[in-house]
Amino acid sequence: MCGIVGLFIKDKALEPRLGELTAQMLATMCERGPDSAGFAVYGDAEDGKAKLTVQSARADQDFAGLDAALSKAIGAPVEIERKSSHAVLTVPADKADAARAAIKADHPGVRIMSAGETIEIYKEVGWPTDVSDRFHLKQMSGSHAIGHTRMATESAVTTLGAHPFSTGADQCLVHNGSLSNHNSLKRKLKHDGMTFETENDSEVAAAYLTWRMNQGMNLGQALEKSLDDLDGFFTFVVGTKNGFGVIRDPIACKPAVMAETDQYVAFGSEYRALAGLPGIDKAKIWEPEPATVYFWER
Amino acid sequence: MRTIDLAVTPLRELNAELHRQSEGTNEAEWEVLNPRGLHAVAVGVDAPIKVAVRGPVGYYGGGMNKKATITIHGSAGPGVAENMMSGSVVVKGDASQYAGATGRGGLLVIEGNAASRCGISMKGIDIVVRGNIGHMSAFMAQSGHLVVLGDAGDALGDSIYEAKLFVRGSVKSLGADCIEKEMRPEHHDQLAVLLDKAGIKDVKTSEFKRYGSARKLYNFNIDNADAY
Repeated sequence: MCGIVGLFIKDKALEPRLGELTAQMLATMCERGPDSAGFAVYGDAEDGKAKLTVQSARADQDFAGLDAALSKAIGAPVEIERKSSHAVLTVPADKADAARAAIKADHPGVRIMSAGETIEIYKEVGWPTDVSDRFHLKQMSGSHAIGHTRMATESAVTTLGAHPFSTGADQCLVHNGSLSNHNSLKRKLKHDGMTFETENDSEVAAAYLTWRMNQGMNLGQALEKSLDDLDGFFTFVVGTKNGFGVIRDPIACKPAVMAETDQYVAFGSEYRALAGLPGIDKAKIWEPEPATVYFWER
Repeated sequence: MRTIDLAVTPLRELNAELHRQSEGTNEAEWEVLNPRGLHAVAVGVDAPIKVAVRGPVGYYGGGMNKKATITIHGSAGPGVAENMMSGSVVVKGDASQYAGATGRGGLLVIEGNAASRCGISMKGIDIVVRGNIGHMSAFMAQSGHLVVLGDAGDALGDSIYEAKLFVRGSVKSLGADCIEKEMRPEHHDQLAVLLDKAGIKDVKTSEFKRYGSARKLYNFNIDNADAY
């Protein structure tokens, strides 16, 4: 089943409430995906800096001294802000790739959830409201956020199997559905240099879009292409640094409802997710059409 | 009139109260506040009562209805009025996928648009949609009527049995074994009755086309044996 929520803010005055509204939306989708949850929040960018969100199953051990070790490895200052099993590492933007490589080489227990200028991804196994409380989603602010509650079908219930998936800088994808051609597509993408962390089908969809955007397409064009190349059931909600996209497969079994006001664009697997948003009574509410790309950019 | 506010009363209590009503009940009118997209609002009612739901509902709103007149003053999630037996369900907004699925009787009116699979496997229900309907509507529809004032999506009436489909706008494509059929006087009469029941007075029956089964899939054609 799975539940998806997404909020793309158009009116800056609402940005401080992004986390609170996303948490409230996510809480309505608990029973659609009770085994794990996750969310991506696009917050403030800091000039010349990049953020890496990392996770560890043994955070006390793995995060102790991680900033110092990393700083030494990349020869630049590293700030660390720990949140439960996750931590956000801030590094100079031109050292982001080096930091990534150093984590992979020297810190095998540390997994990279996301990297980019504004994105932070948090995800864990457990009841969705517990997951959002654990990382203090309510207190976060930013321009857009995408959340997911998971009922696993295609791969194990693990932290890495939870959504969102991020396969490129400031990119993320959440998925409700199941793909049927992900193994063959994955082989092709691997051949072209994409790397994968899990056996999950949704990660292949995320990597596919990254691969398309690496070819120079924007998110909207990449989503358009996915209709030709992905086979299976899907409702995707996708984020980039300044974009927010939605697409459903041509059969469109997986539910989706959207709302738009002057202040925001919102996505929910069901109307329940939208019911608490400000001004929802006057919002334009519609069901996204099958095989149609919806895409907003700021 | 009894008013139940779902912001304070649990959904199960609402449905249990509605199920306690029977023929001749004194509680003939009900109002439900704050449905906020909840699932299964006013399902399984079996009494000639009126229920007004003030706001959008989630999955299966008014499902399995028998005898009641249910009005949803908002939009409806997937499976509104699914398996209705009799009575009526009116949706003032849009309806999501498989509206009126497998319905055996009664009248479902959708004043906005209906999404995909509207009237899938319908078995006697009458469905009137003021707006458009999505793809695969009336799939394997067995009996009853589907009236659409707007347009129909892809594969209308795929593998249809004996349901009658009336569409005023365009049909993106017809499904397997569904064809356009002649509008004879009896079809105009039938359609006029349905429009009247749905309270629609601003369109003429002559603006509609009728679609139904070519009846080519009813029996196995031995010439196709090689395909299996």
